[in-house]
Amino acid sequence: MIEISGVSKRYDETVVVDDVSITLPRAGITAVVGPNGAGKSTLLTMIGRLVSASAGRIAVDGLDVATTPGARRLSILRQDNHIVSRLTVRDLVAFGRYPSSKGRLTRDDAAHIERALAYLGLEALAERFLDELSGGQRQRAHVATVLCQDTDYVLLDEPLNNLDMKHARDMMRLVRRMADELGKTIVIVLHDINVAATYADRIVAMRDGRIVRSGPPEAIMTSQALAAIYDMEIEVARIGDRMLAIPY
Amino acid sequence: MRLLPISALFVLALAATSLLIGAGGLSPAELLAGGDEGRLLLLASRLPRTFALILTGASMAVAGMIMQLIARNRFAEPSTAGTVESAGLGMLTVTLLAPGAPVLLRMLVASAFALAGTCLFLALLRRVPLRSPLVVPLVGLILGGVISAISSFIAYRYDLLQSLGAWTTGDFSAVLRGRYEMLWLALALTGLACVAANRFTAAGMGRDFATNLGIDYRRVVAFGLSIVAMVTALVVATIGMIPFLGLIVPNIVSLIMGDNMRRSVPYVALFGAAFVLACDILGRVLRYPFEIPVGTVMGVLGSGIFLFLLLRRGARAG
Repeated sequence: MIEISGVSKRYDETVVVDDVSITLPRAGITAVVGPNGAGKSTLLTMIGRLVSASAGRIAVDGLDVATTPGARRLSILRQDNHIVSRLTVRDLVAFGRYPSSKGRLTRDDAAHIERALAYLGLEALAERFLDELSGGQRQRAHVATVLCQDTDYVLLDEPLNNLDMKHARDMMRLVRRMADELGKTIVIVLHDINVAATYADRIVAMRDGRIVRSGPPEAIMTSQALAAIYDMEIEVARIGDRMLAIPY
Repeated sequence: MRLLPISALFVLALAATSLLIGAGGLSPAELLAGGDEGRLLLLASRLPRTFALILTGASMAVAGMIMQLIARNRFAEPSTAGTVESAGLGMLTVTLLAPGAPVLLRMLVASAFALAGTCLFLALLRRVPLRSPLVVPLVGLILGGVISAISSFIAYRYDLLQSLGAWTTGDFSAVLRGRYEMLWLALALTGLACVAANRFTAAGMGRDFATNLGIDYRRVVAFGLSIVAMVTALVVATIGMIPFLGLIVPNIVSLIMGDNMRRSVPYVALFGAAFVLACDILGRVLRYPFEIPVGTVMGVLGSGIFLFLLLRRGARAG
């Protein structure tokens, strides 16, 4: 369970996240959506302890992220994966074991690494250098690293960026599998509301640093709710048992 | 891995060559016969010089590698980050203000200057919009230029240009027993850095990547910079600046085996030692019995290889 209470983030005069309080339950996928500059990524990086909050408290399983080292409980993947280092996929994924092994890989760690590689279908690419991969393959390697870290909580910051339609769909199916088969609690920042509605169990919608709506996809996928989130008219169509937002 | 013993043997062969050549006028046979003169030459000059070459090469190459991981840039190394020039300014300052200071204190002052200069470089990088990776070494070279201009000005006023020259041009010809031993400390510091090899590799993947793994990024950077500054100060004070070494060696090793420091650091160290040994041997035989300083040989060879690396990277990035 992730408890966020009264959390704000200010940079000088600019308030990016403004007094947010919400509790995200254990298990399942929570998608964080909203327009640009809503504070989605900032909120995620605060939960992931990459950035400290200006005010408020964030606790994961009752433990304050500001004061407890949590690399074995929670992992985060940022959207900026601009890399200069030449690491092999296997070496990168092996870093996922660092929090538990501190660099001395045991047989158990090796098994974790192989499992993570297999889960993302990276066996054939394991010895390739990251700078020799396509964007989609590299993204998978990063997700494998996070998976290899084997934490209960996984935070993903716009993992679909720069992925084409097919790779984006594969990535979301994989995230779904991680939640369903491995029992991970996943919080994912997404741009596309339809992707969120299709794959997430819960949607948290932010605007101007605040949470404006939250609930299951059915509650968010209404013209009224979407207008409040995105400040534009969005038609919602029902096709079979699916809801589709049509902004154009 | 069979590559490692082969590399080590190669370095040993170069070291043996280095022991056997020089202006001393003793043939290898006479040297090995072990007369008094031969032994003196070997123990007081040739052996210290060869050790100094190996120690300098290995530690500066590893220092370059650490800089590249910390700056997250292929072209960062002590001589393209203002570190070397700052160490020189530190040596100059301590020579002026406390001429009789013990060696260790001089080293500490030079290290502190080197560290301050490198931090200034990193602070500048945070302010400069980085449109291209090449901006990083350019900023460093400009900063180094400004610092060395200050040093030259001070040295000129106080008649210390010759000392400054000794710090800025790498030269092993003056290495004798009793005058190079500080370099062992450089090697020890390099060895200490290897303990944190995994953390440096993680830092090379970026602050967020390292932090997610529970690594204290700031501490890793501070540790790495301190090691680099101290190693640079030690080398600048005993041998002088050796340009491009910390740039070329890690880059070539990276091309072959990547940037996982834990795996590649022995190769970087060995290749660094081999490169300096080779350049020094070349400098000793090209105009025998006169010598060309190793810094000059390396400058010529190094800039050529640097250019090659630049064009190669450029082609791939484009």
